[in-house]
Amino acid sequence: MTNGWTDVANTDVVLVMGGNPAENHPVGFRFVMEAKRNRKAKLVCIDPRFNRTAALSDCYVPIRAGSDIAYLGGLIHYALSRKLYHADYVRLHTNASFLIQEGFDFSEGYFSGWDAEKKSYNKSTWQYELDSKGYAKVDATLEHPRSVFQLMQKHYTRYTAAQVAAICGCTAEDFSRSAEIICSTGKPDRRGTVLYALGWTQHSHSVQLIHTAAMLQLLLGNIGVPGGGVNAQRGHSNIQGATDMGGWDTLPGYLKVPQAQQTSLQAYLKDATPKPLRPDAMNYWSNAPKFMVSLLKSYYGDHATKGNDFGYHYLPKIGPVDNHSWGYLFDKMYAGAMEGLISFGMNPVANGPNSPKMIKALGKLKWLIVAENFETETAAFWNAQKLAAKEYPAVDDPTRVGTEVFLLPAACFAEKDGAFVNSSRWVQWKDAAVDPPGVAKRDQEIIGRLFLKLRELYEKEGGATPEPLVRMNWNYANPSSPSLEEVAKEINGREIDSPRQVSSFGELKEDGSTLCGNWLYSGSFTEAGNMMARRGQADPTGLGFFPDWSWNWPANRRVLYNRASADSEGKPWDPARSGIRWDGKKWVGDVPDTKADAPPDNFGAFIMLREGVAKLFAPDFTEGPFPEHYEPAESPVENALHPTVSSNPLAKIFHSDLDPLGTSKDYPYVALTYRLTEHFHYWTKHVKASSALQPRFFVELPEELAREKGIESGNRVRVRSARGAVEGQALVTRRVRPLKVNGRVVYQVGLPIHWGFVGRVKGPLINNLSPSVLDPNSGTPEYKGFLVNVEKV
Amino acid sequence: MPSHLTRRMFLQTAGTLTAASGLDLQAATPPRELKIAHTTQTRSVCPYCAVGCSVVIHTLGDKARNVTPTVVHVEGDPESPINRGTLCSKGIGLKEFIVNDQRLTRPLYRAPGAAEWTPISWEDAFERMARLIKHTRDRGFETEDAEGRRVNRLANVGLIGGCTDTNEINFLLSKFRFGLGILSYENQARL
Repeated sequence: MTNGWTDVANTDVVLVMGGNPAENHPVGFRFVMEAKRNRKAKLVCIDPRFNRTAALSDCYVPIRAGSDIAYLGGLIHYALSRKLYHADYVRLHTNASFLIQEGFDFSEGYFSGWDAEKKSYNKSTWQYELDSKGYAKVDATLEHPRSVFQLMQKHYTRYTAAQVAAICGCTAEDFSRSAEIICSTGKPDRRGTVLYALGWTQHSHSVQLIHTAAMLQLLLGNIGVPGGGVNAQRGHSNIQGATDMGGWDTLPGYLKVPQAQQTSLQAYLKDATPKPLRPDAMNYWSNAPKFMVSLLKSYYGDHATKGNDFGYHYLPKIGPVDNHSWGYLFDKMYAGAMEGLISFGMNPVANGPNSPKMIKALGKLKWLIVAENFETETAAFWNAQKLAAKEYPAVDDPTRVGTEVFLLPAACFAEKDGAFVNSSRWVQWKDAAVDPPGVAKRDQEIIGRLFLKLRELYEKEGGATPEPLVRMNWNYANPSSPSLEEVAKEINGREIDSPRQVSSFGELKEDGSTLCGNWLYSGSFTEAGNMMARRGQADPTGLGFFPDWSWNWPANRRVLYNRASADSEGKPWDPARSGIRWDGKKWVGDVPDTKADAPPDNFGAFIMLREGVAKLFAPDFTEGPFPEHYEPAESPVENALHPTVSSNPLAKIFHSDLDPLGTSKDYPYVALTYRLTEHFHYWTKHVKASSALQPRFFVELPEELAREKGIESGNRVRVRSARGAVEGQALVTRRVRPLKVNGRVVYQVGLPIHWGFVGRVKGPLINNLSPSVLDPNSGTPEYKGFLVNVEKV
Repeated sequence: MPSHLTRRMFLQTAGTLTAASGLDLQAATPPRELKIAHTTQTRSVCPYCAVGCSVVIHTLGDKARNVTPTVVHVEGDPESPINRGTLCSKGIGLKEFIVNDQRLTRPLYRAPGAAEWTPISWEDAFERMARLIKHTRDRGFETEDAEGRRVNRLANVGLIGGCTDTNEINFLLSKFRFGLGILSYENQARL
């Protein structure tokens, strides 16, 4: 989240799309209710289902899953054409005034630079026009035809209320009613927040979808202000922290994993250290060398010196066009190219996409190691024939599955200390209450012992390039089970020689004198102690910051980009909800997201970006600098804007024999996969209380569709996609209305996800249905909005 | 009354006042002792949805000899500005996640082609797992790519997980991952 849960109480309008906080983040939703109660805030809910969030809304609009970019684009057009945007904010804090080079265009579904043969874009026409100093040229009047502002206005002219209605399946009246409420927050003294979750991220156009929301919020002046923001309601207790600590192509702190052509640390740092695009851009990533060298010192300790590029060569290098994300990993595994998989608490068979493909893929491994609290579908994948014969008729019997499997009993959250990061970026420290049961071990001990065993084997016997392993710094007081407090101090960072914990990432150096596991966390465990364990109750601004409760990154700054909460003179747009303000000498309020004593005209508000201001036009993305409505890979209709380029031309689609795509001829209905309040993912089917509250899988069918098919509530139905099938009881409902999409009636079918073939309660795996289709920027699979058929069993 | 009154303090005070009031409670059924009257309280955070509700975990037996401490109750922490003592229907059932007869308590092994689990000791498991990982790494490790550039990478092993594990464990996983050179490093965040 740019803002946070408690901050939602400061808003005037809550836009919930692609999420259902009343049901899936119930305690977080209480801040929406406080805003309604205390500020008469309005809740707008745009969702395929009339869910509990919708039931509490002031305005509900049903839409078709996968049509959100059209809706948000319509809101952008509404705000621009009626001049409801916050003009001063847009001029000061966004790249609206930046000029784009000649040749930029959009036509017939493609942006300029599309190479039909390579099936990719040449982005040269998506670049800013630069002056002789290398800065982007700007037009403060916003009238230049090649200004971002004019190009954006032109791009979204097509997104009229009538067009939105035709694509999304709502009415133009409902759309306009919601737009009036949402765009009322363009006034300086009105704020709007956006809450979203997987209904937005689980599409093959998801990153552009969120970009559209960011554009809308920027136009309305809702970024960097209390009560505003683009707020991702994340799904697991430490999914934020796990993201922060790195992925397949990121190092801790969002530095990039090096690439093969970056043959020296210098070459890597040259690419990693951007140049500013405006004279007033702080361009904070220019400090990347300090973060990278400090990380290398943490990884390689005394083996990281000036003389050896600080151990840079030990790190693996990826090929520039490689992709090792989830979808690619399991496709490779299915093709037989992987030997082993280690899983700490993840369940790929349940997670999908395409569970039948997951089961087959795991069967091609030589070995599988699973550290878990319970026996899951993944741990027992080799037994799928016995446990779920009817559901997986094609699965091998165990005698034909050669995978060696280790199921390691691991500790649960109550049995480990350490920090969890919530959606608000608050890093909350927890203590361990008990030991794990039986001989189950804490994860740090499993990792520690395995690491030491491997190092011992390599030191004794040699083998393939042992250096990266034997020179990895593991000098913990108890190496076989490192203390998490000790690791937390390492993550915070310190001056190596003194040794003194640093208080901020501003103290990190690139000369090898500091080490730091993750620069974002500098300040979390200082000389004053563990800031994450603080329990201060004070809220001096009354805005729900609670600055002494726990600690958040970066630098305990609760609202990101808070320089944007004030005008060009440092006066808050809304004094009643001030983020920071300039008192003549310094910025006061929240921890300022700029230099604390820099006068208002010194730096642009978005210090991490080369532009220094926020990007309405963003050339970074794969499929275009402006979001455009594309249909899901499986869609019931053609794209009304450009039928010949219906879905995202750059969506990654896998083509193994287990990955057929279906058409609306065979699969006419749109699948809505969702979560229930009483269950957490595929986990709580192992928990008595949760299983008692929601024991059985069910299929939500619109009344009209049920009538057509002669199905009543309670009847057993089968839901099929091109990949597989699930069976369960029908729940006939009025909550999911039929939609008129470009004149056609489209039905959507609701599918809660929480069951599997092991657990106290059992049911079908929903991911038997989902396709191996990925967003090209994030690699997130299209778990929602694919096509299914339904029949009575 | 202190200005910041916690629920616990209120209940303790109420108990004292009742006793001091002189009311004849012998005839009435005396209130049951709170099950948390003698517990150790540990501060933790719910492992589920990322709102980040703080919880208080109550254990009994920590102060006794020859007794394994057990969790007897989990409730919302009244001091958290996020949840102020409340929990949702998942969080309310946390005790039954922690104390659960389906919890794995000992390592299990499935041999190639086998139809069931067999128990294995940790010692044997670490030995065998390390052997397998090393063998796979020795076979698949690419020190230099086709163009002679040092790449130090391993493409045939995947490492996944960590979204309900703490930052510190995720950081240790990153060291484990880079020590081996693993390219396919993934977690729930992408899904």
